[in-house]
Amino acid sequence: MREGDEIARLITFLFAASVVLVTLLLVFELWQGSILPRHKFGFNFFRTSVWDPIFDQFGALPFIYGTLVTAGVALVIAVPLGIGAAIFLAELAPARVSDTLEFFIDLLAAVPSVIYGLLGVFIVVPLMREYIQPALKNTLGFLPLFQGPVYGVGLLTAGIVLAIMVIPYIISVSREVLLSVPRDQREAALSLGSTRWESTWQVVVPFARGGIMGSIFLALARALGETMAVTMVIGNAPVISASLFSPGDSIASVIANQFTEATGDLYLQSLIELGLVLFLITFILNGLARLLIVATSQKGSAMGNA
Amino acid sequence: MKRIAGILLITIAFAGVLWADNALLINGAGATFPYPIYSKWFAEYHKANGAIEINYLSVGSGAGIKQVTDGTVDFGATDGPMNDDQLKAYRDKHGAPILHFPTVLGAAVPTYNIPGVTTSLNFTPDALAGIFLGRISKWNDPAIANANKGVNLPANDIIVIHRSEGSGTTYIWTDYLSKVSTDWKDKVGKGTAVNWPVGLGGKGNEGVTGLIKQTPNAIGYVELIYAVQNKIPYGAVRNAAGEFVRADLAGVSAAAAAASKTMPEDFRVSITNAPGKGVYPISSFTWLLIPGKFSDATKRDAIKGFVTWMLADGQNYAETLSYAKLPKEVVDRELKAISKIQ
Repeated sequence: MREGDEIARLITFLFAASVVLVTLLLVFELWQGSILPRHKFGFNFFRTSVWDPIFDQFGALPFIYGTLVTAGVALVIAVPLGIGAAIFLAELAPARVSDTLEFFIDLLAAVPSVIYGLLGVFIVVPLMREYIQPALKNTLGFLPLFQGPVYGVGLLTAGIVLAIMVIPYIISVSREVLLSVPRDQREAALSLGSTRWESTWQVVVPFARGGIMGSIFLALARALGETMAVTMVIGNAPVISASLFSPGDSIASVIANQFTEATGDLYLQSLIELGLVLFLITFILNGLARLLIVATSQKGSAMGNA
Repeated sequence: MKRIAGILLITIAFAGVLWADNALLINGAGATFPYPIYSKWFAEYHKANGAIEINYLSVGSGAGIKQVTDGTVDFGATDGPMNDDQLKAYRDKHGAPILHFPTVLGAAVPTYNIPGVTTSLNFTPDALAGIFLGRISKWNDPAIANANKGVNLPANDIIVIHRSEGSGTTYIWTDYLSKVSTDWKDKVGKGTAVNWPVGLGGKGNEGVTGLIKQTPNAIGYVELIYAVQNKIPYGAVRNAAGEFVRADLAGVSAAAAAASKTMPEDFRVSITNAPGKGVYPISSFTWLLIPGKFSDATKRDAIKGFVTWMLADGQNYAETLSYAKLPKEVVDRELKAISKIQ
């Protein structure tokens, strides 16, 4: 039987190691595949904003900007909505309602992104152009964020579609985390005389903070890398504008758009370098997420509950 | 269970051997624009010649050029001819040239959505270049209005829509704009993807059409085939002879015939803005890229056989699928060029 244990250990170790191996291989390939632009543009690749395949000028800034802004908009919308819904489902709703809704939420999380893209093109874009953007312009138009011509497509629209896509992740994971908070925590709070809401907001949610953060970063990762749905509603123009109404472009979207028809080594390798940049962004944000979770969970709450 | 598995395995192995022995498999990859007719051709050719099976992946012109240069496919296909650097790279690697064979023709047409305007608009080359450069920003600009007397054009801002992904249609469109506008040539240039001065990108013909339909005062370009099959209204463009021509298959073939007189030996020719009457000016060939030297003689003969068939019987399928046929002058020259495949 000892040998059996050894073999199982070895096999599972290999499986675990393969994750690291794939990650390293990925970075290596991206690094190797982007030699030309790294040498030619150096750090300017991150600073310049001209993307011109004809005159061989490649700068990643508009794509980095578009990726971060759309993901940011998505989180600003999705985090409060998602966590609010999760609190309702875990703490306030009857179990039957909660389980039924959970079924629908899981269903939403499994919808392919191209379907969200179509939803965006046929429903969100016209709504944005006809109602939401003019309304924002009339009320908050003094902010640079909501100025300029209204196209329907653009950074804000892409952010909203992304928000719709990532909300199920936040709800689903946060709900599980909230449900796993021990009963004694709630009972202790209630017995000290706090109301239902006080116990939820001041005891249960802080206890589950680590897991909720985890759900947010899962959502962020999906928003950063989303390709199809973003391409369909972002407007695909590599410009940097303060206005959220402006069209933009994201890293994943431009790679998907241009890779197949890219001729010339520098062009192709610049697209690969964009992939490397996206990897780097995800890496940095994930690192920050870890730090944040560690920093916030030191104040006596349970971490690693997810 | 084991027995069944064994029998299955042997059957699969046999099937594999039989299948491999039966048909000579030729692999090609490249342009997406001619994919519908290519897949029709390869299927029909296989029906007529059971021993040859041609497998084509529509991965895009850029990828087609790359794969044929790398030698991972037997032939490539592209919507824009290979440039001199690419030809040199191929020759350096393989010690023989790569040959271009035009197969059919396509065209790009301007399509728009202006509230209140239902008539077909006329576009001068200057107007199109000005709009896509962002210099002409209102629909009632004299450059547009003068060619459309009697049409009530609004004073609204023009919204330009282009393709977001690299595409052969973009190549044709920008090739044309480069010919009619030196500003376009110097600032933007031609290619499957360019640095657009203005506008929004839509993915594919359907993405561009969708954006135009949804966005008042928008203008963009789509493939002629796509516009015809989906009954999308499109405008006429003034050709080099000064006529406003609304694209159709005859106008596209006329462009090819007009250009065939000055066509170089290697068929790498742009036929946008071709001279002559009845010519639709935003037209282009699409090409097969065939290696000049094959190490495998059966493969070489199979490909030569296919090209010969494509230039004769194959052309008859073109118009039912809305592609313009090659004019006779070009077919004759290509038949002569087949002997260059060695």
